[in-house]
Amino acid sequence: MTKCSKDALRCDNSCGGDNCVKQRTKCALLIKSAASTAGIGAVPASRTVSCWMRPEVWTGPASPPSPSSSLICRYQDPEPADLSMEEESDTRKINNSFLRDHNYATEADIISTVEFNSSGELLATGDKGGRVVVFQREQESKSQPQRRGEYNVYSTFQSHEPEFDYLKSLEIEEKINKIKWLPQQNAAYFLLSTNDKTVKLWKISERDKRPEGYNLKDEDGRIKDPSTITSLRVPVLQPMDLMVEATARRVFSNAHTYHINSISVNSDLQTFISTDDLRVNLWNLEITDRSFNIVDIKPANMEELTEVITSAEFHPQQCHTFAYSSSKGSIRLCDMRQAALCDKHCKYFEEPEDPSTRSFFSEIISSISDVKFSHNGRYLMTRDYLTVKVWDLQMENKPLETYQVHDYLRGKLCSLYENDCIFDKFECVWNGSDSVIMTGSYNNFFRMFDRNTKRDVTLEASRENSKPRAILKPRKVCVGGKRRKDEISVDSLDFSKKILHTTWHPHENIIAVAATNNLYIFQDKVN
Amino acid sequence: AAEEGGPCQSKMAGADGDDSLYPIAVLIDELRNEDVQLRLNSIKKLSTIALALGVERTRTELLPFLTDTIYDEDEVLLALAEQLGNFTMLVGGPEYVHCLLPPLESLATVEETVVRDKAVESLRKISQEHSPVDLEVHFEPLVKRLASGDWFTSRTSACGLFSVCYPRVSSTVKAEIRQHFRTLCSDDTPMVRRAAASKLGEFAKVLELDYVKSDIISLFTALASDEQDSVRLLAVEACVSIATLLPQEDLETLVMPTLRQAAEDKSWRVRYMVADKFSELQKAVGPEITKNDLVPAFQNLLKDCEAEVRAAAANKVKEFCENLPEDNREQIIMTHILPCVKELVSDTNQHVKSALASVIMGLSTILGKDNTIEHLLPLFLAQLKDECPEVRLNIISNLDCVNEVIGIRQLSQSLLPAIVELAEDAKWRVRLAIIEYMPLLAGQLGVEFFDEKLNTLCMAWLIDHVYAIREAATCNLMKLVEKFGAEWAQNTIVPKVLGMANDPNYLHRMTTLFCINVIVHCCGYPYREITTKQMLPVVLKMSNDQVANVRFNVAKSLQKIGPVLDSNALQTEVKPVLEKLASDTDMDVKYFAQEAISGECLSSSTIVDKLNT
Repeated sequence: MTKCSKDALRCDNSCGGDNCVKQRTKCALLIKSAASTAGIGAVPASRTVSCWMRPEVWTGPASPPSPSSSLICRYQDPEPADLSMEEESDTRKINNSFLRDHNYATEADIISTVEFNSSGELLATGDKGGRVVVFQREQESKSQPQRRGEYNVYSTFQSHEPEFDYLKSLEIEEKINKIKWLPQQNAAYFLLSTNDKTVKLWKISERDKRPEGYNLKDEDGRIKDPSTITSLRVPVLQPMDLMVEATARRVFSNAHTYHINSISVNSDLQTFISTDDLRVNLWNLEITDRSFNIVDIKPANMEELTEVITSAEFHPQQCHTFAYSSSKGSIRLCDMRQAALCDKHCKYFEEPEDPSTRSFFSEIISSISDVKFSHNGRYLMTRDYLTVKVWDLQMENKPLETYQVHDYLRGKLCSLYENDCIFDKFECVWNGSDSVIMTGSYNNFFRMFDRNTKRDVTLEASRENSKPRAILKPRKVCVGGKRRKDEISVDSLDFSKKILHTTWHPHENIIAVAATNNLYIFQDKVN
Repeated sequence: AAEEGGPCQSKMAGADGDDSLYPIAVLIDELRNEDVQLRLNSIKKLSTIALALGVERTRTELLPFLTDTIYDEDEVLLALAEQLGNFTMLVGGPEYVHCLLPPLESLATVEETVVRDKAVESLRKISQEHSPVDLEVHFEPLVKRLASGDWFTSRTSACGLFSVCYPRVSSTVKAEIRQHFRTLCSDDTPMVRRAAASKLGEFAKVLELDYVKSDIISLFTALASDEQDSVRLLAVEACVSIATLLPQEDLETLVMPTLRQAAEDKSWRVRYMVADKFSELQKAVGPEITKNDLVPAFQNLLKDCEAEVRAAAANKVKEFCENLPEDNREQIIMTHILPCVKELVSDTNQHVKSALASVIMGLSTILGKDNTIEHLLPLFLAQLKDECPEVRLNIISNLDCVNEVIGIRQLSQSLLPAIVELAEDAKWRVRLAIIEYMPLLAGQLGVEFFDEKLNTLCMAWLIDHVYAIREAATCNLMKLVEKFGAEWAQNTIVPKVLGMANDPNYLHRMTTLFCINVIVHCCGYPYREITTKQMLPVVLKMSNDQVANVRFNVAKSLQKIGPVLDSNALQTEVKPVLEKLASDTDMDVKYFAQEAISGECLSSSTIVDKLNT
């Protein structure tokens, strides 16, 4: 059976569940890999296929990934049913998920982060239910070259569970705030996932052999009469269907009083930082019982608190440099060589405020929701509520480039404040060559800006408006005046459909866009 | 019926089978039991399994199976890696030792550092058991495979293996090994460069001197100027080994430029490493370079802008000064080091001050009496008044060095207020720390000074509100009695301790009992007068205490006092009290009273008989 078969086939495949292997270890949910013959339907029997992946792959008119080239649109809907560690309860869960309407998403299914690994072969998503779903890119096949680039479910596991802090009477959500892949060090893959308080290091590995042959049991698992044991038997490893397992290797906890908003792995492959509202902590990847606080902006008196840290990231090459952004719209660059404590920054990036646009909302909308170094390490990109800015590391007083993401919302800040949307934290990403940047907006729109041609495009990730394998159509929002055909008026934008999380393949024009509980993967059109 | 059955059930039935095979069969099956503990257990008995299988089957069946068992938990893999290092005889001796390479090779590529390191350790071990031919045919190819592996885990493991095979291979292979090492030193991933940097010194040691000069120095220079400070700091360690290998006249040109650069590195972590390794570096480069280069470098480290570096350097002050060439040691210290030390005494960072305080007293032996009194004493006194308790504690804990040189009297005027302040510190851990130094201080200050100034403090700790302090104070009493003798105890301690028996607070009354326990213990039989005449009556009286905790501690104390009492006292005084306590309303009191009655001293037949009737 081929990967891109019809939806119905897919359902057949998994509802039967016969081909599906389900295994479990103490803390790992083993899932038969998509690479096996059973195809992508080979997810745990506990899950209906339909809520996993809709192989509706469709083609249509064109639209650019970098604004000029074309993208094929596919979407995948990793809406995992309740993952349960209890084998016994799995059968019940199947029934539940069968009853579930695909279009209905529970809060737990909302995707909260999405991240390609450093080769682009794997793509991970985390959701509010604490689950991590890893997709693997289909290997090149001569018979179906167009299959290359399709991402199928590779592994899925429960990364975080809801917890309760009894000392502080505080509920700790299981929501995955960030996922960061580690560079590959052996045949297995490693990622860090974090919720508000705890970072975990996960290993995702394959197993294709199984030991066979017992001394005290016969082939059917019956205990042998010990008197019949006349010779010793050493188990032999036999090939078996590929199994992918995820194991929690390390748990980095008890170091954050406030909510962790970001994690970043250092280029020295030895350390990482975790950042909460007021502090940045440095960890050794191998040591879980202590971390070093390197930035602390907590004032002695909390009433004097005027700004919080919103995000932090290591420089991609210089292992001693990291940047963190603040709610006041500034970015600080710190050099860990200078001192053990990095409370003093070495560079401070801030754009002077324009007095003419000053309003009640100025401070809120200037808060930076994401900061990202470019791959070459020369630039910093920041996202605030209305714009994306690119900063040159050598120029602290103003951004090199400023792109308007949805300037048409400037007039609607009041209502956006009332419905809390003004506090949404949009992320931003670079493409592999740092020439294009992408960030999300409302109404399932996302924006791309080509830094060289200065062209920009608005695209939409939605099931209703894009057909499988369709080429995306640019969208336009009309600002006042007459609305032309194909244009959407500002007033009809749906603010509940927001695209906060996106990621770009490190080398190719493949992007993944998380729209509430749906994951859309777009790529250049394959000829 | 045999749905599930453990070894126990089967064992009973196995009367006819080969009994010796059964336990081995269980061990083999448990190699893949779901329970990690059982797997671990089996792996730890791997030699038993191998012995039962024989060398042939171990080679052809067990080892291939183990080679693919790298999916397991770290602790199992760690145990496996360790076992395989001792497996040579079990596979048939040195002739077959190469059979152990495949499983160790796969263990050397896992992501867990401890497992990899253990696998490398075992590989190094069995490399010695290879014949020179086998080393080139089997071992060296493995090193090459690891060194050119796709993943950096295997390349990092390779770094630790070059030095063990280099001395025993032909010159062509040696050239290859040097080439591999060179490649790894400029690896793309910092992990591998770090591994290479940390093995550089070790590799240099086995290389011919010419190659050290031609190859190692250039690698060393490159690693020491790596873009990542995590690599550069490891080059400092290599610097020590390389400097020891080179003749003195080459050091200046080959090593010193790099070392100077490291001491002034932009990254504090590298400078920290230099400070931390300073004594080793000093020994490695010899007295002449020390005088010309290291003294100014050390001054800079003591004045570094990063507190971590200053603290590391401060820690080395004494060792550095000790190792200075004797001919002008005093002059160097007085003109170059002491001014920096003086500044550190008032450092802004308490870790720096406390690091200095832990070594500064050691300087007095080097500088002698006059210099100590003139220059060091003011520093000691300043540190004794430091706001940070750790600094004061560190000074007090090292008083013995000063005592030898100038006698402690010089210090006692400042010492006393410092001790009193620490003794009354709000943090109980600080109080605990000073209590632990009391016996030492008492020894140095003498009994007179102690009675006059410190005795009250020691007694005050007995009624501290923190149990750990009262406990430590009790223990302190014991050490003081050991030091000053029983007579002293009788005159100064016992009256005060016994006075507490009437304290309204039951916790203090219990402290009396605890103190009596230790005093009896160290006064012992020769001074039993004190026990029978003074302490026993008090203890017996306390058996009427209204708090059960006191009563059962009376029982416990009586059990401890018993051995030093004569039988008359036991029979007429102790026994009736214990009998009364044994019928106490409180369960615990009863229990401990009975314990005491059945205890050694009272269990003579007469007493037991009487109790029974």
